[in-house]
Amino acid sequence: MKYFPLLSLTFFSMILWGKKLPDEYYSGGETTVFIENNKAFSRPLANISPKTLRHHSIGNSFFNQNWIEAPASATGRDGLGPIFNARSCSACHPNDGKGRPLMNGVNKLGMVTRISIPGRADDGGPLGDPRYGTQLSDFALPTLEPEARIRIKYTKTLAQFANQESFFLRKPELVVTNLSMGPLSDEIRFSNRLAPPVHGMGLIDALADATILSFADPDDRDGDGISGRPNTVWDREKGRNGLGRFGWKASQATLKQQIADAFLNDIGITSELHPREALSPYQHETLALGTHKDGATPEASDKIIDRVTTYLATIAPPARRQIEEDGVKRGQKIFQQIKCASCHIPEMVTRSDASLPELASQIIRPYSDFLLHDMGPRLADGRQDFEASGREWRTPPLWGIGLQHVVSRHSFFLHDGRAQNVIEAILWHGGEGQDSCDQFVALPRDKKEALFEFLNSL
Amino acid sequence: MKISLQLLLFSITPCLASLKEELVEHYADVLHATYRQTLGEAKILDEMIGDFVGKPTGERFLKIKAQWIKSRLPYSQTEVARFYDGPIDDENGFEGWINAWPIDEAYLDYVRGKPESGLINNSAKARGIDEETLFELNEQGGEADICTGYHAIEFLLWGQDFFENSPGQRPFADYTSEKNAKRRRDALQACSRLLVTHLSTLAAEWSPEKENYRDRFTSAPAGQSLSKILTGMSMLSGFELASERLAVAYDTRNQEDEHSCFSDTTHLDLCYNIKGIQNVWRGEFQAVKGPGIRKLAEAAAPALAAEITRNLDQCLLLAEGIPVPFDQAVRGEEDAPGRVKILKCIESLEHLNQNLLILAEKTSLGMSIKASQ
Repeated sequence: MKYFPLLSLTFFSMILWGKKLPDEYYSGGETTVFIENNKAFSRPLANISPKTLRHHSIGNSFFNQNWIEAPASATGRDGLGPIFNARSCSACHPNDGKGRPLMNGVNKLGMVTRISIPGRADDGGPLGDPRYGTQLSDFALPTLEPEARIRIKYTKTLAQFANQESFFLRKPELVVTNLSMGPLSDEIRFSNRLAPPVHGMGLIDALADATILSFADPDDRDGDGISGRPNTVWDREKGRNGLGRFGWKASQATLKQQIADAFLNDIGITSELHPREALSPYQHETLALGTHKDGATPEASDKIIDRVTTYLATIAPPARRQIEEDGVKRGQKIFQQIKCASCHIPEMVTRSDASLPELASQIIRPYSDFLLHDMGPRLADGRQDFEASGREWRTPPLWGIGLQHVVSRHSFFLHDGRAQNVIEAILWHGGEGQDSCDQFVALPRDKKEALFEFLNSL
Repeated sequence: MKISLQLLLFSITPCLASLKEELVEHYADVLHATYRQTLGEAKILDEMIGDFVGKPTGERFLKIKAQWIKSRLPYSQTEVARFYDGPIDDENGFEGWINAWPIDEAYLDYVRGKPESGLINNSAKARGIDEETLFELNEQGGEADICTGYHAIEFLLWGQDFFENSPGQRPFADYTSEKNAKRRRDALQACSRLLVTHLSTLAAEWSPEKENYRDRFTSAPAGQSLSKILTGMSMLSGFELASERLAVAYDTRNQEDEHSCFSDTTHLDLCYNIKGIQNVWRGEFQAVKGPGIRKLAEAAAPALAAEITRNLDQCLLLAEGIPVPFDQAVRGEEDAPGRVKILKCIESLEHLNQNLLILAEKTSLGMSIKASQ
């Protein structure tokens, strides 16, 4: 079930019946693929070169296959754990899409729980719990105990809006049990994160810093109530600070580092960027690692990380659909009018000197500014991540959201999947998003429906 | 002119429609015969393992290894039926149980540097080992620790392969005098029984009966089923063989990035996978003969049909020419003979895949491929 076919050629030629479609269809510029089924987030760029395609396929293999306990015969694929959240990338990003939702509150694959205490680590990032580090692992190799069991309880919460309307939303409450190494710090902060879809990341990586910074308005000089702040994070490859652009809090500067971090924290796979297992000093000293053996040093060679990086850099965003329909057109106007587009910025251009020529100078339509915004107290996790405060979140791109239910078979949104559909996701917008949210609530029914039609066409 | 063309189309169309139906029906026959033989060989393997477990002898140990290799040949030829959500790999498919790779060796038995690891050496985790234990343990934890299927049996027979010139060399004493020999015998038997169970289900799904997968497959619109057939052929040649099996190993140069890594029989997997594509193309599996997908191609694009026939011969020839063992062939300099041959084989499989995609377009099946993917 984990595969991608080399069929993009066919799809592409199929839609080129002679006339070019309106530009708005091409979410990823020339990289855009025309596909509407459950592989919509899994296609190589439409303009990919044969050589890059081969690297893409090799990366795909390492994205999909399980990592196994070391030592094993498949030495290139061993080194899992010792503690982990999943055994493969694809476990949490099935069909290269979003993680699975929590069923009956039980943690399914696709969500991780980040933890930290107030303060900053040496690199400026979150300071880990003295015993458990910065992420709870709910799996471990056979001879070891997982760090904890993680469940979610939902409670009803009433959200009220400017026009006195109110709605019930479900608010998640984390339940951590079976802690295997004693208590967590008294000052512990939690943040649940649902695995995001992974298409189009190469194009985001190919945006110039200046492009993202041009959207920023940290002091709200234009007085629209929307600021937009860049996160400044540690770039491990360059050994200096850089602009954050990946992750729910824009805490990763480059795609490669994002991948190496996920390998380390989620699967327990070391790499050149992260040569040591993600264990706290306490764990290094006391965790009865028993017979645990590391795989090779590092467990994922730089070549493997590079191939997976190429894979993720070359998954195309899917084309939009039905954009000429009346409702979609009206919805697009409303999206502008109620200022959704102030943060979910529709269009931008990638740099001309991108790492891959396929990604260069593309007009893309991700519907994001990749900046941090204060989203109010209701969404806050109270956990600082580099410059991002406990109330700030990065605007997630919206390209492909209309296909999420086809790819991932659920319509859960927001960082921890608390919103069960697009409406709830909008209603959760507070802080800088509050005004747009109030305006949305006040819309007459037909205008709301037009807005959904538009969002579904993305 | 116009009239005669219409007449011509009228006379061809029904004929092509019945050809399509015939092709789908015969594909099901070919596949059923292949699964039946796969099941037959697995049953022989299971029986031989039964004898061995009852009374382990060195001779029997050698024989079951030979039978394991033999049992893989028909199985490899069934893999052309993957990738279209058929019974092998739909949501409830058994692919992960039958053919999972890589497997968690250390979850199943001891490995170098971890003499105590594995279910076999861990009675706290599983008191006894039988099919049910394995079935349940594989389901645990969401992300299964894989310890069933052909490659689990292969590991139990050969053991880890650290050798340049030979496959793994698990000592026969593992089944007699070594620690936990009884549990290891039980695990081996449980794996072979589970394999037979899963293969029986697959053979039944493709048998000419009512209300099984084959029934739905052959009664669906022929174009839809043909596009699945082409999807399987295309995905096996391009995605699975050219990329996953060959290009990855070629790129990483990793000795054991190969599917049958314990027994060093990866070359056979490759050749018989290609053979499986050829079977569907020709409409043949041993004594079962009839119209293959080639017939469809010949009707739609004769030159392309001839080229695909040549592609397949070429792929098979190149695959057979890769030096054995495969794990040594991937190593060395760029111009090492093994690597040159592997690269040629990759290119040839990619070429085959391209032509299959063109065929899908020329026969207007491309759209259905899209739908089925």
